[in-house]
Amino acid sequence: MNTTISKEDIYAILEQVSDPEVPVLSIIDLGVIRDVVLHEDTLEVVITPTYTGCPAMDMIEVNIKAILQENGFDNIKVTTILSPAWTTDWLSEAGKQKLLDYGIAPPQGSSKSKRALFSEETGIACPQCRSTHTEMISQFGSTACKSQYKCLDCKEPFDYFKCH
Amino acid sequence: MQDHLYNFLLYLGDNALILGHRLSEWCGHGPVLEQDMALTNIALDLVGQSRNIFQLAAKMQGEGATEDTLAYLRDATAYKNILLVEQKNGDFAKTILRQFFYDAFNYPCYQRLMQSSNKDIAAFAEKSMKEITYHLKWSSEWVIRLGDGTEESLRRINEALEDLWPYTGEMFKYADFEIAMTESGVFPDAAGIEAEWEQEVKNIFAQAGLELPEKAWMHDGGKHGRHSEHLGYILAEMQFLQRAYPGQKW
Ligand SMILES: [Zn+2]
Repeated sequence: MNTTISKEDIYAILEQVSDPEVPVLSIIDLGVIRDVVLHEDTLEVVITPTYTGCPAMDMIEVNIKAILQENGFDNIKVTTILSPAWTTDWLSEAGKQKLLDYGIAPPQGSSKSKRALFSEETGIACPQCRSTHTEMISQFGSTACKSQYKCLDCKEPFDYFKCH
Repeated sequence: MQDHLYNFLLYLGDNALILGHRLSEWCGHGPVLEQDMALTNIALDLVGQSRNIFQLAAKMQGEGATEDTLAYLRDATAYKNILLVEQKNGDFAKTILRQFFYDAFNYPCYQRLMQSSNKDIAAFAEKSMKEITYHLKWSSEWVIRLGDGTEESLRRINEALEDLWPYTGEMFKYADFEIAMTESGVFPDAAGIEAEWEQEVKNIFAQAGLELPEKAWMHDGGKHGRHSEHLGYILAEMQFLQRAYPGQKW
């Protein structure tokens, strides 16, 4: 393996891989890359899933291998770890801005217990008009990572990337 | 001991897979779009959890076993899931109550598995816990809405209760592999789960205006591969492609 390659170079390459379900986010923004290890003859990328059933994870693994191969790496190993469990606290600030620009409200506050009944995350800002006068329509949304809200001012429904 | 661990993994994976499959049957049939999506989102989480567990079991088994061979090539008698999760969906009330009974059981189980002496299981449980917490919140809220809703919704959830109650006892009738896992610290303090489940059910039922039935005769057998006829129909559908066209891939 080329010894002049650094971890930072690998991260820069991986920045080009996007989340298949929310394509404005790179997998770096998403916080699923946990480590990059340069072994003597193998390049290991350590990833963690967002949700256990997230169908995008298989595709992310394929895309990581593809982009690294395009960049001249032949021996690539992608390892999945489950602990520590992924949290939306790991979304990058750049990622949150990209979500907002894309029309998805980014997670607000930090990951916390969701046991309280009939509680919902309130004051979520509408990605269209920024009003916080919004309400939840459903805890579950179009993908595992989102719930559905609607804006009570501009009346637009929107996705909220929920705290997890 | 290795056999017990293997069977325990299958038990955990089978519960998640079969309930996940049942919920996936709701796809396109939910009472409203948002709840159709909720049911299928939970299905996705459960199938994902079963994949993780089957990967561990397949590694233990070796001999070319994979998560797919465990899901698609085992017969009903090799499945270890509790009978509750294979029960028919029925109406929305029955699906909700089945989910609530399972979630309220799963929550204390996975709290304990997070402390497991087996590091792979502890990591898996930590990962799944956030999802299970979310499911329990959703199913609890719906039990309250249906119980404390209209005359019709109350009638339906009471009917569901009558159908499902005799399947709740099996959860706490520990099989030899669960007892072995408790003794070895893989599944610590399993004895306390029943009381926590009962407390949770009492609490939600009180808010829903539902009455907890008397202790009654309970079905069992699922953990030992003795299933109701429903499981055969589930597997016939789920396994059809791999049985008819072995090795087919997407
Ligand atoms: Zn708005």
